[in-house]
Amino acid sequence: MLDEQRFGADETPCLSVRHLSKRFGAGCSHCLEPGAQLNRNVCPRCGTVHAVRDVSLEVFPGEIVGVVGESGSGKSTFMKCLFFDEEATEGEVRALPYDGGAANLLDLSPQQRRAVRNTVFGMVYQNPYLGLRMDFSSLSNIAEQMIAAGSRSVGVMRGRGEELLTRVNIPLTRAAEPPRNFSGGMQQRVQIAKALSNNPPILLLDEVTTGLDLSVQAAVLDLIQQIRRDFNVSMLVVSHDLGVIRMLADRTLVMLDGRVIESGLTDQILEDPQHAYTQQLVYSLL
Amino acid sequence: MAEALCSKAGIGIRRDPADACEQSEPCFRSRALPRTQDPSGTRERSAAAPLLQIEGLSKSFLLHRVSRRVQGCQDIAFSIEPGQFVGITGRSGSGKSTILRCIWRTNLPERGRILYDSARFGMLDLAQATQRQMLYLRAYELGYVSQFLNALPRQTAYDIVLKSALETHGTADRPRAERETERMLRHFDLDENLWELYPRTFSGGEKLRLNIAAAMIKHPRLLLLDEPTASLDNASKLKVRTLIEQLKAEGTTMLGIFHDLEFMEGLCDHEFNMQEGMMV
Repeated sequence: MLDEQRFGADETPCLSVRHLSKRFGAGCSHCLEPGAQLNRNVCPRCGTVHAVRDVSLEVFPGEIVGVVGESGSGKSTFMKCLFFDEEATEGEVRALPYDGGAANLLDLSPQQRRAVRNTVFGMVYQNPYLGLRMDFSSLSNIAEQMIAAGSRSVGVMRGRGEELLTRVNIPLTRAAEPPRNFSGGMQQRVQIAKALSNNPPILLLDEVTTGLDLSVQAAVLDLIQQIRRDFNVSMLVVSHDLGVIRMLADRTLVMLDGRVIESGLTDQILEDPQHAYTQQLVYSLL
Repeated sequence: MAEALCSKAGIGIRRDPADACEQSEPCFRSRALPRTQDPSGTRERSAAAPLLQIEGLSKSFLLHRVSRRVQGCQDIAFSIEPGQFVGITGRSGSGKSTILRCIWRTNLPERGRILYDSARFGMLDLAQATQRQMLYLRAYELGYVSQFLNALPRQTAYDIVLKSALETHGTADRPRAERETERMLRHFDLDENLWELYPRTFSGGEKLRLNIAAAMIKHPRLLLLDEPTASLDNASKLKVRTLIEQLKAEGTTMLGIFHDLEFMEGLCDHEFNMQEGMMV
């Protein structure tokens, strides 16, 4: 789980994000000023929404980093910027598996971005409709991802698909069925299988258990733990659920109004929160 | 006052861990010892060098909801030499746990230094160490036993202890880790019928014994004990004591908080008392 050799002061992060910002709107002389006073995350002068403000973080090999915050705090927009679903306004994103971390992923061409999406990142959305083609079979969903990464052998893709579906506990008798027929928890597990199809070194998980009932939630969380243990993938886990973060994350960042207001070891964030908002969040824990 | 105690705690009879090891046949071979030695032999520890040295440690908690600052501990200073067992006593709320939690980083230290002589990083101020360094130290060098079981849900008692062993000692020698796990569970009289169950249904004492087993199987260089015997019956307390003695004989350095002084008798190299966040 932890890589002793590379662990410590001299280790290199697998994913490094520097000063990432995302604005909806042009911004004005008031809100582009550093330290500008905004109305939560909206500029009172020009109405620009500052969804993500100057977020920096690092994820190390085999590590799970959690991002918590209420809805509207910018967590999902941040994830979408990493996966190029949204165009980040500014910042730097480097991933060790791509070009040894030399390239700023935000500067890549659309074609290069597709390669990053297919081979470096695996994304699991809260809404399975965003991650799956609901009318294709589960196997085809996985095959599609593999074709995008250059795979051409039907046999290999079928084998890999069946292996992954078994891994996430989808009975192979249902592998040819479209995910449309599945329950929410099963759809989420197919999505995880699809995200894993090209062995991405970094998994981005956006509210993966939100809306699932407790036992299904537990199954998905256990699956994520196993994946981390067996494949040593790095993960960025976004959730508004502190219970999920407590179970999964080694380190946690707390977001509010687009900014990171606090970060630390997960148990320290939960036991000794510094910021007023984090304290309120922890008090709300059931 | 605190300084006087600190110097008192600093001068101790230092047992040679290597000698101590031969006295008893340890049932769990320690990996803590080889780790303390620099392979190149350049960083040899002088007899007086403490493993942990705390200077002016203060911690308070700002509670925004009521706009109040609650004092945890204040101006704490003491040191522990390798192989020593230092005990802290004091009433509940006197700030004992805060010290341990600052070392472990569950609490963010506010002021002061926590100098720890790490096998991996050398002399390191735990109050300033990076989060990643703390994660490393938690996995490989430090141990923490509290009154509460802190394990992932839906894991069997056996797996919790095995995972702990594998994390520290590596997955290469799984059979040995399994043997040690069984031995540890037996040592704590955890009924074999319970091994494959989730500890959720265990009694308080069973959970605690499991907790201690998972922490001790790692043979940490520095073991923090936060009232590990608080809710145990006398027989279990003795089991814990036996294991602490064994770890001590193997050279493990320990810092413990105990409610009952009797339990610590003859075990502590040094002990000090806390009142209202201060050492007295």
